[in-house]
Amino acid sequence: MIDFLTLLQVLDSSLRLATPLLLVCLAGLFSERAGIFDIGLEGKLLAAAFVSAAFAAITGSVWIGLLAGSLASIMLSLLHGLASITLRGDQIISGVAINFLAAGLTVVVAQDMFGQGGRTPPLKSGGRFEPINFPGATSSKEMNEAGPLMQLYSELLSGHSLLVYTALLTVPLSWFILYKTRYGLRLRAVGENPAAVDTAGISVVGLRYSAVIIGGVLCGIAGAYIATSLQANFTKDMSAGRGFIALAALIFAKWRPWYALSACLLFGFFFAVDTRFQNILLPAWFLSGFLILVALGLISYVWKKDYLDKAVLGGLALGISVIAFMVIFSVWDTGISRQIKIPVVFIQSLPYVLTVVVLAGFVGKAIPPRAGGQPYVKER
Amino acid sequence: MNIFTKTLSTLVGLTMAASAALAEPAIIYDLGGKFDKSFNESAHTGAKRWADETGGSFKEIELQNEAQREQALRRFAEAGANPIVMAGFGFADSLGKVAPDYPDTKFAVIDVFWLGIPNVREIAFNEHEGSYLVGMMAAKASKSGTVGFVGGMDIPLIRRFGCGYAQGVKAVNPNATVIANMTGTTPAAWNDPVKGSELTKAQISQGADVVYAAAGGTGVGVLQTAADEGILSIGVDANQNYLHPGKVLTSMLKRVDNAVYEAFLAGENLETGLVVQMGISNGGVGYALDEHNASLVSDEMKSAVDAAAASIASGSMSVHNYTDDETCPAITF
Repeated sequence: MIDFLTLLQVLDSSLRLATPLLLVCLAGLFSERAGIFDIGLEGKLLAAAFVSAAFAAITGSVWIGLLAGSLASIMLSLLHGLASITLRGDQIISGVAINFLAAGLTVVVAQDMFGQGGRTPPLKSGGRFEPINFPGATSSKEMNEAGPLMQLYSELLSGHSLLVYTALLTVPLSWFILYKTRYGLRLRAVGENPAAVDTAGISVVGLRYSAVIIGGVLCGIAGAYIATSLQANFTKDMSAGRGFIALAALIFAKWRPWYALSACLLFGFFFAVDTRFQNILLPAWFLSGFLILVALGLISYVWKKDYLDKAVLGGLALGISVIAFMVIFSVWDTGISRQIKIPVVFIQSLPYVLTVVVLAGFVGKAIPPRAGGQPYVKER
Repeated sequence: MNIFTKTLSTLVGLTMAASAALAEPAIIYDLGGKFDKSFNESAHTGAKRWADETGGSFKEIELQNEAQREQALRRFAEAGANPIVMAGFGFADSLGKVAPDYPDTKFAVIDVFWLGIPNVREIAFNEHEGSYLVGMMAAKASKSGTVGFVGGMDIPLIRRFGCGYAQGVKAVNPNATVIANMTGTTPAAWNDPVKGSELTKAQISQGADVVYAAAGGTGVGVLQTAADEGILSIGVDANQNYLHPGKVLTSMLKRVDNAVYEAFLAGENLETGLVVQMGISNGGVGYALDEHNASLVSDEMKSAVDAAAASIASGSMSVHNYTDDETCPAITF
C-alpha cells in the first residue's frame, strides 16, 4: 500500500508542517530557559504572519516583509518583557494578553489597511519565499520514473523554501549558543537560579530581555514562513493554534534544542499522516496485537516505579488492553484479519497524548527551569 | 479580538437599540466571520444589497465563539430586531431555545431544516445539486481521471457537498477516482489555510488535477496551492473565480445572499413556520461563469452541465442527498 515515494511525500509534508513548530518551539526554549514562561507564542506568530504579509504586499519584497514581521514579533516580546521582567507581573497573564491583542489587532488593522475583510492581498512572486530547487533535482512530473535516491534528493531534500533550511540550521546554532558559549551558560543559569547570576555581577534583567528578543526573532521567521511561503497572504487566525502545539512540543522536548527538533518532526509527521491517510485500515489482529504490546511495555516499565506511576500508567495500560479486546470481540464473527478503520481523530490526538505521557513522567521527567514563571526581585 | 469586538458590538447594539424606532432586520454571522470570501460573506452581500436598494439599515454581529450564539440572538430579539437572520447550521440549538420566547419576532435560519417552530423560517440549500454540476465540470476538465475534494469540518452538511460532487464526477467518468479529505473535526477546521494547502498537496501527489474546496477560510489555502502547483481548483458558496484568474475552474454558488435579501425584503411579513428549499430550480445553487474562467470552460462542458441542470430543475433527474440517509452511493467518507 505504501511505496517509497509516498513515504517520501509524507516526510516532505512533515518537514513543511514541522518548520513553524520548530521555530516557535525554539523561541519558547530560549525564553523559558531564561525563566520567562511564554504562552504568547501564538500571538507573536500570528502578528508576525500578518505584518510580514502586509509589508511584503505593499513593498513587493519578501525580505522587507520578513524584517517587519520579526520587528513586530520583537515588539510584542518586549511588551511581554516589560510586563513580566521590569514590572514583575504575572507571565501567564501577560502572554494571554498578547494572544488576544494579536488575534484582534491583526484583523482590525488588515481590514483598515486593505479593506479585504481582514486579509492581506495575495502576494505575487518576489513577494514570497519560493521553493529552492537543488541542482539536478527532477520535477514532480517525472518523479515516478526516477530512482529512489533521486526521489529522496528531489522530493525530500530539495524544493523547500529558504526558511525551512534556516529553521533546521537554528537547531545546532541554538545548541551551540546555549551549551558552548558563556552567554548560554548565563542564560541557563538565570532560568535556574537568578540570584546566583546576580551575585556574580551579571544583569538578570538584561539576560532575560535578550532571551525574549531572540524568541521574538524566531517567532517572526515562523510567522513569515506561514504567511509568505506556505501561503501567499494573511488570513484571520491563520496560525491555527500552532503556537500552543509548539509549547506542547517544548515540554515533550524537555527544553532541549535537539529534542525540540525531534519532537517537532514527530508532531509534523503525525499531522502529515493525518492529512495524507485520513482513513487508515489495519487488520484487526495487527491492531489489537500492537495495542497489547504497548500495554505490556507500559506494565513492564512501571513495575519498579512508585505507587503513583503504577496507578496512572497501569490504568492507561488497562484502558489500552480493554480497547484491544473490544477490537477482537467486534470482529469475532467475521474473522480476525478483517480490516479495522482507525478514526482520523485518533491520529490527530496523538501529539497531545504523547505530551501528557511525557508530563506524567513516562519518558523520563520533564523538569522545567527552576526559576521559570517567577519575576526576579533583587532585594529579597 | 474577543474583548474588543464584544465591547464594540455591545456599544453598536446599544446605540442602535436606542435609535431604532422602526424594526430593523438583523443578521448574525457564523464563526467564519463576515469576510470569509465564502458563506458568511455571501450572507453579508445579500444584507448589503438590501440596504443599498432600500436605504434601510440593519444590525449585524460576528460571533467569536460558540457561547455567544444564544446571547447574540436574545440581544437582537430584546432590541426589537425583526426579522433576525442567522447564517449557519450551528444556530439550530440556540434558536430552538430562543425562538419560542419571542413569538412576535420572525427568525430565518440558513442551513437548518429540522426545527419546525412557527416563527422560524428554515432555509435549506440543495448543495448536492450545485456540487453535482461542478463535479461534472471537474471530471471533464481532469486529464488524470483523479479529482479531489477538501471539506472543512467533518459534518453531514459538508459530506452532502462531497457526495453531490462525487456523483457528478462519476456521471461523466464512471472510472474516475475521487479523493475526499476533511480538514478537521472542530470549528478551527474552517480557518486553517496551511492544512488546506497540505491536503491539496497530498491529493496532487495522489494524482488529482482538479480540487474542490468546501472549507470556508481553509479553502483559500486550497485554491492558493492549486494555483501554485498548476492544477485547477473549484471555489464554493460565493464566486471565488477572481482569486486566481485562469486557475479556478468554477465556483459552486450557494445563493445565501438571495436568501438573506429576500428575508430582509419581506421584513416583518416574512413567511415563517416552513422549510424553504433553495435548489437549481429556484436559483438557490448553481455554478459561476465569468471572465476569469471563460477560457477554462469549453462550450461542450457548458452545454453538458446546463443540460444536467435543466433536468435536475425539471425533476427528471435527482441527485442523492447525503443528509437524507447518511450514505453516499458514489463515495465513502
